[in-house]
Amino acid sequence: MESEYRFQHRHILGIEELSASDIGFILDTAESFKEISQRPIKKVPTLRGKTVIHLFFEPSTRTRLSFEIAAKRMSADTFNISASTSSAIKGETLIDTAKNLTSMNPDIIVIRHASSGSPHLLARHIKASVINAGDGTHEHPSQSLLDMMTVREKKGKIAGLKIAIIGDISHSRVAHSNIIGFTKMGAQVQVSGPATLIPAGIKQLGATVCHRVEDAVADADVVMALRIQKERQLDPLLPSLREYATFFGINRTLLKSAKPDAIIMHPGPINRGVEMTFDVADGEQSVIMDQVTNGVAVRMALLYLIMGGEDR
Amino acid sequence: MNSSPALLLQNARIIDPANNIDEPGDLLIINGVIRRKGKARSLSCPANCLTIDLQGKWLVPGLIDMHVHLREPGEEYKETIASGTKAAAAGGFTAVACMPNTNPVNDNQSVTSLILTKAAAEGSARVYPVGAISKNSKGTELAEYGELKKAGAVAVSDDGRPVANSQLMRRALEYSSNHSLLVISHSEEVSLSENGVMNEGALSTRLGLRGIPTVAETIMIYRDLALAEYVERPIHIAHISTRESVDLVRRAKNKGCQVTAETAPHYFTLTEETVGMYNTRAKMNPPLRSADDLAAIREGLRDGTIDAIATDHAPHSVMEKDVEFDQAANGIIGLETAVPLTLALVRENILTPARMIELLSVRPARILGVTGGSLAEGNAADITVIDPEKTFIYREEDVVSKSANSPFLGWELTGKAVLTIVGGTITFRDM
Repeated sequence: MESEYRFQHRHILGIEELSASDIGFILDTAESFKEISQRPIKKVPTLRGKTVIHLFFEPSTRTRLSFEIAAKRMSADTFNISASTSSAIKGETLIDTAKNLTSMNPDIIVIRHASSGSPHLLARHIKASVINAGDGTHEHPSQSLLDMMTVREKKGKIAGLKIAIIGDISHSRVAHSNIIGFTKMGAQVQVSGPATLIPAGIKQLGATVCHRVEDAVADADVVMALRIQKERQLDPLLPSLREYATFFGINRTLLKSAKPDAIIMHPGPINRGVEMTFDVADGEQSVIMDQVTNGVAVRMALLYLIMGGEDR
Repeated sequence: MNSSPALLLQNARIIDPANNIDEPGDLLIINGVIRRKGKARSLSCPANCLTIDLQGKWLVPGLIDMHVHLREPGEEYKETIASGTKAAAAGGFTAVACMPNTNPVNDNQSVTSLILTKAAAEGSARVYPVGAISKNSKGTELAEYGELKKAGAVAVSDDGRPVANSQLMRRALEYSSNHSLLVISHSEEVSLSENGVMNEGALSTRLGLRGIPTVAETIMIYRDLALAEYVERPIHIAHISTRESVDLVRRAKNKGCQVTAETAPHYFTLTEETVGMYNTRAKMNPPLRSADDLAAIREGLRDGTIDAIATDHAPHSVMEKDVEFDQAANGIIGLETAVPLTLALVRENILTPARMIELLSVRPARILGVTGGSLAEGNAADITVIDPEKTFIYREEDVVSKSANSPFLGWELTGKAVLTIVGGTITFRDM
C-alpha cells in the first residue's frame, strides 16, 4: 500500500481537498524535514532554482516568516509582496496580479487574502502552484497540518483522540481546517464558545457543539483555544472580553476536567488573560512553541511535495 | 424589422389564458392590432400580407418581465436600453419593467423621460420605468410620485436598496394611492443580511462565506405585508426565495390582502450548491437557497401563491464578476433563459402551459396595469411564439445581452421563443 501511494496535488488550497493518506504522508515528510532546522548549516539544495512568491494581502508575522524560512532552508529564491506594496491599493484585480506574476514564471505562490476562495481564483488563472496561507474565514491548511503534526508527535497518534476547540469558531479559518482535518484523521472534535460565534451547520463539518465549555474540555486529549478579536465586541457578538475570559477562557480549574496529560494549543497570537491564563499558556502542558517549530517543517514538506517530491 | 401592414400567423396552438383559450388556430394582425382569430388554416391573407406557418408552435400573449435592470443611464458598459430590450426580444419578452437603481437613480421625471425616449427610439420591447420609492433611494424622503407617474412610471420600488425605515414604507404605501402607483418591495432586513454573500447554512460555513439568513427576507416581508394591510393598500413583493416567504404571502392572500408576489427562474431551478467553489455567477441577492426552499417556490408557482415569474435580469461585466467571491457584484442575466427554464416546470407537470403564460404575461400585465396579457381582438399585437421542443446550448457567444453573467452558460436548454412581435412589428425571429 505505502509504496503505491503518490502525492498528486499541485496546489494546497484546503484540508478539504486532502485525503487522510495525503495528510499522513505530508506529516511523515514534515517529520523527516524537521531535523534540517536543527543542523548548524540549515539548508538543503532541494528547491534550488525554484521561485517562491509570498503574496500577502493581510498582515501576518508568524505564518509569513515561517513560509519564508521554510523556502529558504530548501534553497528556493523567495520574494515577498504585501498588500501595502502591491498593486491591490492601486485597484489591480487579483486576476491581473495573477497574470502579471505568471509572466515572471514563478513556481509557487503562497497567498494570504481576506476573501474566502481567493487562492482558488488565483489557482484558476496561474500556471504556478498555489498554497493557501489563510483565506478569509475559509481555510488555513498549513496551520492545521502543523497542529496535526504537533498532536501526532506528542500523542503518537491522532485517531481516537478527543480534541476540544474553544472560542471564535465562526471567524476562524484555523478552526474550520482543524475540524475537517482532525475528523478525517479519526479524532473526535468538540467545539465550544459563545453561541454567537458558533456558525450555522458546523456539525456538518464533523464537530460536536457543546454549550458549556466544561463539556467540551471533559476528557479531552487536546485543548485548543482560538484568538478572540477585540472588534467582535462591536458586532455585537460579545458583551465584553472580561466576560469571555471568565466563562470561556482556559484556566487551570477548567483543565482539571481534561485528561491529565492533555496538551494545550493556540494558533497565536495569544491575547493573554482572554483566551487562556498566563499560567496555562506557559505551563507544562502547553505545546504552543512546538507548533511554531513544526510550522517550518510542515511548510518545507508542502513546498517539496507540490514541486513533485524529487531531487531530495 | 417587419413593416408589413398585415401579418398572418397560421396553424398555431393559441394559448390565451385571459380568454380561456388553448386550441389550434390562426391569428391575423393588421396595422399592429390583433384583428381576427380563427380555426387553424381558416383565415386567408389580405393583400401585402406576410404569412408565417407556425406548425403547431405556441402562440401566446407577449411575455412581460416585470423586473429587469437595463443599467441605462449610468452603466452602459453593462447594458443599455437598446441591448437589454434586444435581449428581451430574443427571450420572447415584448415588455419589461426596469428598476430605478441606475445612475442617476430614477427618482424623478427627467430620468423616467430619458428612459422612455431612448426606449421609443432604440428599444425592441415596451419599457415600463419603475421609479424610486425615496429620493436617491436613500430611504429618507419620498420621491415625487406624481411627476414620476406623469412622466410614465408604472410603479415605485426600492429594489437593491431596501427601505429600512418602516415609517417611510408606510408613507410610500399611502402616498402612492394618490397617483395609482404600485409599490414593489425588495424585502430585506439589512441588519441581518449585511455583508452576507450567500445563503446562510452548512455550505456558507464550509466555504467560509458570510451567510444571509432566510429570516432577513421573512421579517421584512412580514413588515411590508403588515403595513400594506394596515393602510389597506396593494403591495407587490419582488423576487421571493424562501419557503417562509411563500407561506407568508399565501397566508396574506387567504386573509384577503391585496398582495402579489414574483419569483425568478433561478430560485425554482438552482440551489445554493451552485455556488460550488466560489462561482460568482451563482451570486445574487436574495441568494440561491436550499432544496427545501426551491420546492416551496415551485409549489407557490403551482398553487397561485406566486403571481409572476420575473427574471431580475441584472447584467454585470467581467470587472464585477471575475473577482473574489465576496467582492463580486450581485445578480445574473435572465431574459434569454426564462422561457426554457419555466418550460422545464411544464414538462415536470408543475405548471400547465396556461399557468405558465399567466405567470409570464397575464398576471404581470394586470399587476402593473399595463396593456398586454390578452389576445383579444382589438388589442395591440404583442405576441410571442414559443417552440416548446427546440433544444439549444446556451453559449456565451450567443448571448444577446451586453453582459454574459449567467450560471446557465453551457446548459442544454429545451424550449425557446422563436418569434417576438411588439405592436405588429417583428422584434425577433428564429424560425
